[in-house]
Amino acid sequence: MSDAQPGTFHGIGVSAGTAVGPLVLVAAAPTPPPDEPATTDAAAAGARVRQVLADVATGLQARAAVADDHARPILEAGAMMAQDPGLVTGIEGQLARGVGITNAVSAAVEEYCAMFESLGGYMAERVTDLRDVRDRAVARLLGQPEPGVPSLSEPSILAAHDLAPAETATLTAETCLGIITAAGGPTSHTAILAAQLGIPAVVQAVGILDVPAGTTVAMDGGVGEITVSPTEEEVALLTERKRRREAALAGGTGKGSTKDGHPVALLANIGTADDARKAAAQPVEGVGLFRTEFLFLDRETMPTVAEQTATYTEVFEAFGDRRVVVRTLDAGADKPLKFADLGAEENPALGRRGLRLGMIRTDILDAQLEALAAAYRATNADVRVMAPMVATQAEATWFAERVRALGLPKVGVMIEVPAAAIRSRGILYHVDFASLGTNDLQQYTMAADRMQGELADLLNPWEPALLDVIALACEGGKAMGKPIGVCGEAGGDPALALVLTGLGVSSLSMAPGKVPAVRTSLAAHTLETCQQMAAAARAAVTAAEAKAAVMAMAEPVLADLQ
Amino acid sequence: MATRQVSIASSIGLHARPASLFVQAATVTGLPVTIAKEGQPAVDARSILAVMALGAKHGEVVTLTAEGDGADAALDSLVELLSRDLDAE
Repeated sequence: MSDAQPGTFHGIGVSAGTAVGPLVLVAAAPTPPPDEPATTDAAAAGARVRQVLADVATGLQARAAVADDHARPILEAGAMMAQDPGLVTGIEGQLARGVGITNAVSAAVEEYCAMFESLGGYMAERVTDLRDVRDRAVARLLGQPEPGVPSLSEPSILAAHDLAPAETATLTAETCLGIITAAGGPTSHTAILAAQLGIPAVVQAVGILDVPAGTTVAMDGGVGEITVSPTEEEVALLTERKRRREAALAGGTGKGSTKDGHPVALLANIGTADDARKAAAQPVEGVGLFRTEFLFLDRETMPTVAEQTATYTEVFEAFGDRRVVVRTLDAGADKPLKFADLGAEENPALGRRGLRLGMIRTDILDAQLEALAAAYRATNADVRVMAPMVATQAEATWFAERVRALGLPKVGVMIEVPAAAIRSRGILYHVDFASLGTNDLQQYTMAADRMQGELADLLNPWEPALLDVIALACEGGKAMGKPIGVCGEAGGDPALALVLTGLGVSSLSMAPGKVPAVRTSLAAHTLETCQQMAAAARAAVTAAEAKAAVMAMAEPVLADLQ
Repeated sequence: MATRQVSIASSIGLHARPASLFVQAATVTGLPVTIAKEGQPAVDARSILAVMALGAKHGEVVTLTAEGDGADAALDSLVELLSRDLDAE
């Protein structure tokens, strides 16, 4: 998608904001060269490998020293593997047979990988850590930079093919000015994380990896534009855009509503107790999506009711009398739990995930609901519990009965499956509310994997088919007199927020950093305009036409918010 | 040569944190310590990869050996380590 104009790229803007800074490339894993010379001096090669492995271990130890509680043990284990006498013996065996130095490292590591993979479970997952050690050692032997996110010595813009969740775990807005990826999509981990941290981000910027490291680049995470070696005028333009955006955002901190006073609750998406504390300090009206997976993932055993109760209580207390919508555990074969692994599935997105897993492992669901009920009794907060991945009225009813039996005041369901949107009237019959998970709803509506960057065109949230499905869900909500919110990424887009409001959505939940732009956008448009925009967007043939139609009807301030 | 047998007390078996604690302890003895599961060849107890690949589960009996000065005392301390539920600590 590189532009004809040299030095300018266009990708998909996924986290608004502008940045100018030096580009740091996240190196890809190196491949041992197939034509590598054979080892003739095994002793000298062995000494070199030992030195390189020691350097890799030192590097991992240094990173472990500044890592958080989650990343530290992984990095420490990596350092230990790099210094492993068994691994060194294996490599020396390969070298003695004359195998080239990087291929010797690779072959010895693969022997252990095969062993670990055959053991399965926890051991199979360690293969990733072991191959990470191999990649670092091979890169050093080839005189290349170690793969992965380097430690940033000065504020920089990061460029990568795509970033894995583990790689983004150590990023902060202080040192990472912006993120640009060649792959990835609008709902990739990179996009979600960047929005959460308030870091400008552009995905699908094909060609960005050809830009030499250290080059100054200017980026706009709203419109998705990247300028390589920008001129002074270009930087000035970007700064002016930033100023206009900031001025537009200075519009207040009150409750969300349209220009004519129609209320639309502006809520935060959170994933940890730490997120909760940060979001609670922001002018948001509560939490529209509290993802609870962090309590369950990367654990050998199920968290106890007492532990869960303590965390939920902490989150509810942080928000006082503001609402907190909690989503029960959303796990599946793509993010398996060690204590509830139902085995591999060919299509995890279409498998036993979300509430489907909860209906099989009722012990896990019941423990979570029991903890939520205890935290509710302790705080008397405005707690609303919803289930993920609901497809039928029977599932919604089953869930509602279980939640109500524990004395929890409000129960709802996520609408992410098209079946639930089409029959939202029935889905809502026994529950109090529904929340549209637009990311999954889009992937299921378009039959396009949301993690496949190559399918980004089908995953544009302006897709008229998605808007039609949302409209169907809202009609059911209206008929039943029950509120429907949005907690997918679409709700955080200041233009799309108007369309959703026009379709009848009554609350929008998003990364807290996106709330000010949406608040400003809503305050500048009447409900009637929103409804006209929704009709125009649905009348369009393509996503691009839908967006263009809405932008043409919008107040000028909307352009400043992009 | 000193030899000891011990049943793995760690509830998750000898991997993750328990394995790394054991390997660190075996390394600081300065002795060539080995560990074996019943009916399998002994492996270097100072190698985290070899120890993890052993896949010793909770309740399984392993045999430790060591040679040299202080081998008995070293093995006693390692047996004591493996007799605790390291994961719960």
